[in-house]
Amino acid sequence: MSTRREMASASAGAVPSAMTLTEKILARASGRTAVQPGEILTCKVDLALLLDSGGPRRIWPRLRELGAGVWDPERIVLCSDHFTPAVDAESAAILQLTRDFAAQFGIRKFFDMRGIGHVLLAEQGLLQPGMFAVGGDSHSSMGGAFGCFMAGFGAIEMTGVVVTGEIWIPVPQTLRLNWYGRFAPGVVAKDIMLFLCREIGMENSGTVLEYGGDTVQEMSIWERMVLTNMSAELGADSGLVEADATTVEALIAAGREPAADCLAWRSDTGARYVEVRQFSAEALAPQVAAPHSPANSAPVDAFGNVSVDQADIGACVGATLSDLHMVAQVLKGRRVARNTRLLIAPASTRVTIDAAADGTLATLTAAGAYLLPTGCGACAALGAGVLGEKEVCISSTNRNFRGRMGANSAEVYLASPYTVAASAVAGRIADPREFLA
Amino acid sequence: MKPVEGRAWIFGDNINTDIMAPGLYFKAPMEVMALHCLEAADPSFAAAVRPGDIIVAGRNFGVGSAREQAAMALTHLGVGAVLAVSFGRIFYRNALNFGLPALVFSESSAIAAGDLLRLDPVVGQLQNCRTGRLHTLPGLPTHLLPMVAAGGLMPWLKLRLKEERP
Ligand code: SF4
Repeated sequence: MSTRREMASASAGAVPSAMTLTEKILARASGRTAVQPGEILTCKVDLALLLDSGGPRRIWPRLRELGAGVWDPERIVLCSDHFTPAVDAESAAILQLTRDFAAQFGIRKFFDMRGIGHVLLAEQGLLQPGMFAVGGDSHSSMGGAFGCFMAGFGAIEMTGVVVTGEIWIPVPQTLRLNWYGRFAPGVVAKDIMLFLCREIGMENSGTVLEYGGDTVQEMSIWERMVLTNMSAELGADSGLVEADATTVEALIAAGREPAADCLAWRSDTGARYVEVRQFSAEALAPQVAAPHSPANSAPVDAFGNVSVDQADIGACVGATLSDLHMVAQVLKGRRVARNTRLLIAPASTRVTIDAAADGTLATLTAAGAYLLPTGCGACAALGAGVLGEKEVCISSTNRNFRGRMGANSAEVYLASPYTVAASAVAGRIADPREFLA
Repeated sequence: MKPVEGRAWIFGDNINTDIMAPGLYFKAPMEVMALHCLEAADPSFAAAVRPGDIIVAGRNFGVGSAREQAAMALTHLGVGAVLAVSFGRIFYRNALNFGLPALVFSESSAIAAGDLLRLDPVVGQLQNCRTGRLHTLPGLPTHLLPMVAAGGLMPWLKLRLKEERP
């Protein structure tokens, strides 16, 4: 391990002083040889992700106002996911405008109703280690699983990016979070993040989170994406994982050639971290975050008898193929409880195809799950699956703020797909370990 | 930048952008969405806030979603400035991009709801007319002043484009 790491660093070229992965990427993107945390840089953007929510509908009128066009249509990825499928005239109009924008500016990487943008970037292999990428959505940090730096910005700043191809950014300090050991059955990456929301809190602005340790090395790219996605809940500037063989495999699986310097995008030996923290994955129990904050988390057995009206499998963070596999593992040969509804919105059409092909969808539907269209939908109360007054929901999504998934009086608990599935079967918050024995 | 003068609205820690711009009103025009701004934290806010009023909040104000409607709703309602112990990263950037001064202020607890405040966001001076106290706080960051002074990102981009295409 250490030899590979040193060799990789050496091939990244001469650096005057050891840098973390984030510092290396920001130095490259700003044309510097070295950078310091706190410095403000203007960086050239390698890839910009626009979504239907904060994308064309907010950017196009501003481009008109400026009399400006798009700096580089090949560097823009556009996805319609928040308002898909249209549920009323307004959402239909937003989707039409998004299509018109793609046509007008010649954006070829336009994915219309194909899935949630953050997941599509991975499926399509559009992120390469070392990239400096931006997205018009807070969970853009998800891309960091590919060894790149990707962060979320508001639509007005994305307008600036679309016009100039540049953005200013303060160099964050890097906090290294090392996880060691194997998970107990029924414990997954999501439990790490719900634990961290409580352990390190949601105020990590000015900090980027670099995840490592053998637990993370063993994770698939999809599990790593759960870590980087929910770095947004920790309030961090972003989250990332150093490039390794898993990153290369993910790119090849997506049909892409990994860049020649792919494996060089790792932190230097001796890089300066603000802190290196160590955690044991072996000791971790399934976690549940109570309303109305992801930081309100506790081990699942701390929850008494909480009955559940709706169980939700969805969102960028909680409805990829590996998430549906977890749900199927729990549901196989069981049924969703009588007074509970289990809604499942696969994160992309690719996930639906693969889950149909390998029999997962049959297991889910036979158990009584109700399939929703692919898209953000219930996660942000934009589509099907909105919660009513005082309803209780347990969800594999990433935010349980008041009103996020519907009525202000609704209560949302966050958990892993395993725990959501177990709770759907039990009709109350349940420990998945009882179902996986 | 002109000084800001208005009454204080007090909010606690971790006020998120979903509360400022609820998803349920995402498709509605800003006039409608703004009426529900911060409703889940203080139902009286949107109807009673007056132009120039200043939000004084605890830690991590604007945590969460990147939705710029959060900052837009506040400016739509005429909020003159936001002071908080700390900010969510994207909200902080969005606020400045819309010309809404957002300043880190660690003495939030010294301000009470309804206090008349006078703020100079460039120098970083806050006068509480009720207590007579003068607080100092970090002013707007120097590197952002040209953009904020231009009136936000859009006017600044206009200037920049004009320079490139004389
Ligand atoms: S699924 Fe939810 S968290 Fe993910 S991009 Fe959509 S709205 Fe955001």
